[in-house]
Amino acid sequence: MKRKPVINMNKEIIAYNNIDHITKLAKIRLGKEEKELFSRQINDILSFLRKIGEPDIENIQPTFNINTPSQHFHEDIATPSLPQDVALGMTEYHKNGYFEVPGIL
Amino acid sequence: MVKNREISVEQVMKDLFNHIDNVDSTLKAYLYVNKEDALIRAKEMDQKIKNNDIPFLAGLPVAINDNICTEGIETTAGSKMLKGFIPPYDATVVKRIKEEGGIIIGKTNLDEFAIGTSTESSAFQKTINPWDKNRVPGGSSGGSAVAVAADEAIVALGTDTGGSIRIPASFCGISGIKPTYGRISRYGVIAGTSSLDQVGILGKSIKDLAIMMNVVCGYDNLDSTSAETSIPDFLSFCQGDIKSLRIGIPQEIFSNDLDLEVKEKITDSINKILQLGGIIEETSLPNMEYALPVYYTIAAAETSSNLAKFDGIRYGLRAKDVRDLEEMYLNSRSEGFGSEVIRRILLGAFILSSEGYNDYYLKAQKVKTLIKKDFEKAFQKYDLLITPTSLTPAFKIGEKTDNSLDLILTEKFTSPVNLLGLPALSINCGFSTEGKLPIGLQIIGRSFEENRVLKLAYNLEESFKEINSIKPDLS
Repeated sequence: MKRKPVINMNKEIIAYNNIDHITKLAKIRLGKEEKELFSRQINDILSFLRKIGEPDIENIQPTFNINTPSQHFHEDIATPSLPQDVALGMTEYHKNGYFEVPGIL
Repeated sequence: MVKNREISVEQVMKDLFNHIDNVDSTLKAYLYVNKEDALIRAKEMDQKIKNNDIPFLAGLPVAINDNICTEGIETTAGSKMLKGFIPPYDATVVKRIKEEGGIIIGKTNLDEFAIGTSTESSAFQKTINPWDKNRVPGGSSGGSAVAVAADEAIVALGTDTGGSIRIPASFCGISGIKPTYGRISRYGVIAGTSSLDQVGILGKSIKDLAIMMNVVCGYDNLDSTSAETSIPDFLSFCQGDIKSLRIGIPQEIFSNDLDLEVKEKITDSINKILQLGGIIEETSLPNMEYALPVYYTIAAAETSSNLAKFDGIRYGLRAKDVRDLEEMYLNSRSEGFGSEVIRRILLGAFILSSEGYNDYYLKAQKVKTLIKKDFEKAFQKYDLLITPTSLTPAFKIGEKTDNSLDLILTEKFTSPVNLLGLPALSINCGFSTEGKLPIGLQIIGRSFEENRVLKLAYNLEESFKEINSIKPDLS
C-alpha cells in the first residue's frame, strides 16, 4: 500500500485534528465532550512521542523483531481443534452452527 | 513441610483462604477466588503425597493474573468487554503449573487489558497497596503483586509489557521477574502488545521465582514467538558468589526526576554489590531517553491492532438494540472498553494510519535499533546492568489518573527492557524514610542469561534479609 507523503514532525501543530477519522478506523463511538477530551489528551501524548524525531536515523534499519524469527514446520496432519459447539457456546448469539449478527445494510 | 507431610495441602489451602477472607475485602487483589475447586485439588494432592507420588509443585498455591486464560474460570482482563467470558482452554502456563501439581487459587485484578502502571483502570475494583492503603500497588499486574505481598498467595503469575511485573514488585516490596521474550509461552495470554508482552512471575523469594521459571519456561509450538532454547535449572543459579560479575550502571538513570530516596537506596545497593565482590562501573546508554516514547508508540500501535478482535461477535460484550452490524461494532466497543483503553486504541489507530505510520511507527522501530545498539555495546563489557525499577516509590491513588504522561513516566527504566526482549528482575532494596514505602532495584541481563540475573538477585536477597523481614501491617 502506498503511504501518503511524510508529515514534517517539526511542525508545531501535530497533524492530528481529525478525531472522527480515527474513531471510524478504531470503530469507537465518542460523545462530543469525549471527543474534545480525547483529542486533547492524545495531542499531549503525541507531543511527548515527537521526541523520537530527535535522533539521526538516516540509514538505520527498523528492528521489527528482536528474536531471530524461525519457521516452525509440522506434519500436515489434522489434530483436534476447538469443537464447534464450544466455539459457539461463548456467545448467546448463534443459530444453526453460525454466529448470528445484525444485518450489514 | 508439605512434602515431609508436616502439614497437609488441604490445611495450607484452608488457612490461606481464611486469610484471604480476612484481608482481601480491603486489599481487593482478587477478582475471583477459586476456593471450591482448589480445596478439591488439595485433597487429591494429599492423596498423591500419601502414595509417594509427589509432583514438583506439590500443591503450591498460585494466583493467576486475569488476562491469562483458565479453563472454566472467568477471565476478564479487568474489562467489562470480557465480563462473563469463560475460556474453553487453559493457557500453556496454567496447563504446565497444573501438570506439575500447582493449584490455581484465584484470578487477580489488573489494569484493563494490562494497559497501565497502577491497576487503577480495572473496570471492577481498585487494588490497594498493603504498605499504604492510600497508594497504588503499581500495575498492570497489581493484584498479583498484592496477593503475594499480603501472603494471599505464595507465587503469582502476571504479564509484563513495559514493566507490569517489575513495577508492582517494586511498589509492593517483593521480587518479580520478566524473562527473555520467548522464554514463556504466550498461548492463552490475552494479547496486548504482542512483540513486547511476556508472562512474568512474582514471589517473595528469588528461589520461588526460579522454581516457577523451571515449570513455566520452555518451547511451546502453540506460540509462534516461543524460543527453541534449552531450559536450564534456574534454581541452580540461586547459589554461589558474584565475585566475577561485571555490572554497569547507566549514568542516564541519575536524572533530575529520580526521587532522592530512590537514588539513596540504589547507591546503598551499589555499595552492597561492591562488598559482595561484584565489579561495578558507570556506563552510558545515550539513546535511553528515547526508549519510553518508542515503547509507547509501538505499544499503542500493537494494542490497537490486538483489541480489534473485540467486536461483539464471537465472545465478550455485545451491545443490545442495535440497528445494524456497524452499530453493533461501535456500541459494543464503546460500552465494553474503559477510557484508558479507548485512548490507547485511538492513539494506536492514528499511529498506524497513513498520516502517522512513517512519522511515528516506522521512526520508532528505527530508533529502537539505536537503543538496541547501545545495549549491545554495554553488554560487550558488562554481564548485567542495574537501574532503579521506578523513578519513585508507590504514588497515591488518583494522583496520576488525570495525567497520562505522568503515568507513562513510571515505565522509564522498565520499558527499554521490553523493547529489546531482555530478562529483568526487580528486587526490594529498601524503604523510603517517610511512609516506609518499598523501593525496587532492577537487574537487567543479556537475552537468555537469566542465570546471572538470578545469581545477583539471590546474593542481594541474602544481604537484604533484614530489609525483607519487614512485613506490611494488614490490620
